Amino acid sequence: MQSKSRFLQISTASEIILHIIFGIVALACLVPLWAVISISLSDDNKIRQIGYRLWPVKLSLKSYEFVLAQGAAIVHAYGLTIFVTIVGTILSVLVVSMYAYILFRKDFKYRKFFTFFGFFTMLINAGLVPWYIVCVNVLRLKDTIYALILPYVMNMWYVLIFRTYLSMSLPDSIIESAKIDGAGEFTTFFRIVVPLVKPGLATIALFAAITYWNDWWLPFMLVESEKLYNLQYLMYRVQQKIQYLAEIASKISLVSESPLKDLPAESARMAMAVLGMGPIVLAYPFFQRYFVKGLTIGAIKG
Amino acid sequence: MANGQRTYRSGFLRELNKNFPLFLMALPGVVLLIAFSYLPLFGLIIAFKDVHYDLGILKSPWVGFKNFEFLFKTPDAFIITRNTLLYNFAFIVFGNLAAIATAIALSEMRARFMAKFYQSVMFLPYFLSWVVVAYMAFAFLSIDLGILNTMILPKLGLQPIAWYFETKPWPVILILANLWKYTGYNAVIYLAAITGIDPEYYEAALIDGASKWQQIRHITIPLLSPLVVVLVLLGIGRIFYADFGLFYQLPMNSGALFDVTNVIDTYVYRTLMGMNDIGMASAASFYQSIMGFILVLTSNLIVRRLDPEKALF
Repeated sequence: MQSKSRFLQISTASEIILHIIFGIVALACLVPLWAVISISLSDDNKIRQIGYRLWPVKLSLKSYEFVLAQGAAIVHAYGLTIFVTIVGTILSVLVVSMYAYILFRKDFKYRKFFTFFGFFTMLINAGLVPWYIVCVNVLRLKDTIYALILPYVMNMWYVLIFRTYLSMSLPDSIIESAKIDGAGEFTTFFRIVVPLVKPGLATIALFAAITYWNDWWLPFMLVESEKLYNLQYLMYRVQQKIQYLAEIASKISLVSESPLKDLPAESARMAMAVLGMGPIVLAYPFFQRYFVKGLTIGAIKG
Repeated sequence: MANGQRTYRSGFLRELNKNFPLFLMALPGVVLLIAFSYLPLFGLIIAFKDVHYDLGILKSPWVGFKNFEFLFKTPDAFIITRNTLLYNFAFIVFGNLAAIATAIALSEMRARFMAKFYQSVMFLPYFLSWVVVAYMAFAFLSIDLGILNTMILPKLGLQPIAWYFETKPWPVILILANLWKYTGYNAVIYLAAITGIDPEYYEAALIDGASKWQQIRHITIPLLSPLVVVLVLLGIGRIFYADFGLFYQLPMNSGALFDVTNVIDTYVYRTLMGMNDIGMASAASFYQSIMGFILVLTSNLIVRRLDPEKALF
């Protein structure tokens, strides 16, 4: 952003008012995160007596012990989510960038056809029912790992963003000179184009990685086997299950000693949320920078 | 005739032969588009069929508009249409206003470091999944333990509220949640446009003695308006589609709230998976697709009239 010193600046009073407003907004963005962390670090019995608090009550790591002792499921879900995110992101970047590249090649006769072919899918969306039936009955994706990857690989929005990026940062003459030097199309693409457009590829990769990491929708629709629960979907299931277990526990504990009585339901619930968002929150300052760049390119010429 | 056909095909074949690697590059994308976008389009006929699983979709009998008749006779049809349209309308209006105000304020702020900080913090919610956001909301809204019911309302001398059973607060909660999650993201788009404004406009205004407020009103906002129009029209093009996570995860699928949280997307899901009523679900799904298609075409037409550069096609 250019220096504003040459221009009239806002008054000190306005500046202070803005800081107060944005201070409140910033708190509104951070407090929910802080609340979840605090509850996860609190003693469960105390929480059950006084309710959730915005600060840790009787600091305790029991909830994390409990969640990690449930162990296998969450470790498995983490592994699965990492795997799906890596494979999905690589495939997505590869497929999207190649498709965008042929749309970028002005000397390719069929590029108009392929543009329309992809673009048409952005105009009309068949909707959930036909999509579901195709995934289950035609593609047989139900309860397979492919169900967690394939539906998100091709994304016409990313194609259009990346094509714009290519036409802004890649002169046609580079392709021509590669041709004259006798390079094949794939050599040109992977050896010459890809190294030149790494920032654009990184932007697409981040978009895709976030989509895969935060996805709960695909297992929600297409997965039954617990082996294929990814992190977000496991969190969704745990939320429901804890609610259910806690209800049973509160009834049983009146009657007799029960193993469920010690279930640290409330703090464990939030520990689960902290574990689920952990990596994305830690990586987000880095992601944010790239997103802002990507969005800026997109906004200037959409 | 046959001759013409031949030269056309040989033209394509020659092209295929000449640019085979380029076709090969398009292939994975084409296959995936066919699988997840084109094949489902054929499934739109399900809306006009009485599907018997044993017969398969193609052999199931046609029933004309029966499925639509059933759907529009239910009270649900009105509720889900109303909810989908009104919420999206509110998101478009409040979302853009909040994003524009944020972007202008951040661009004018003198303390650059703090402006960057606010921008980063406001961007954070965009990275959280709706599942995580639902957990966060639960920490505040839980009926017996939530922060609102145990800490804040008693201090204000108010009775606790059964948040997951009380419909009244939900329109506000859903709109706030939407603003909370997306304002930081949308503000960046407007911020990019503000940064692109030629500084000479401001210099000229300064010479004419325009106050900061006048500069915002007569330079920044008018120059942003094409972008605003485009984003609003694109939003209208998608007004029949709802953010499933927001409407399903955040209210925790609470049946007591359906009157104010059920939108076309969640209705279709529940009818398909919960009630297994494929006829009704596909009729609703078809209704959504067609209305969506018409609106995308219309809003693009309008965008093209206003600013051909910004039109999608």
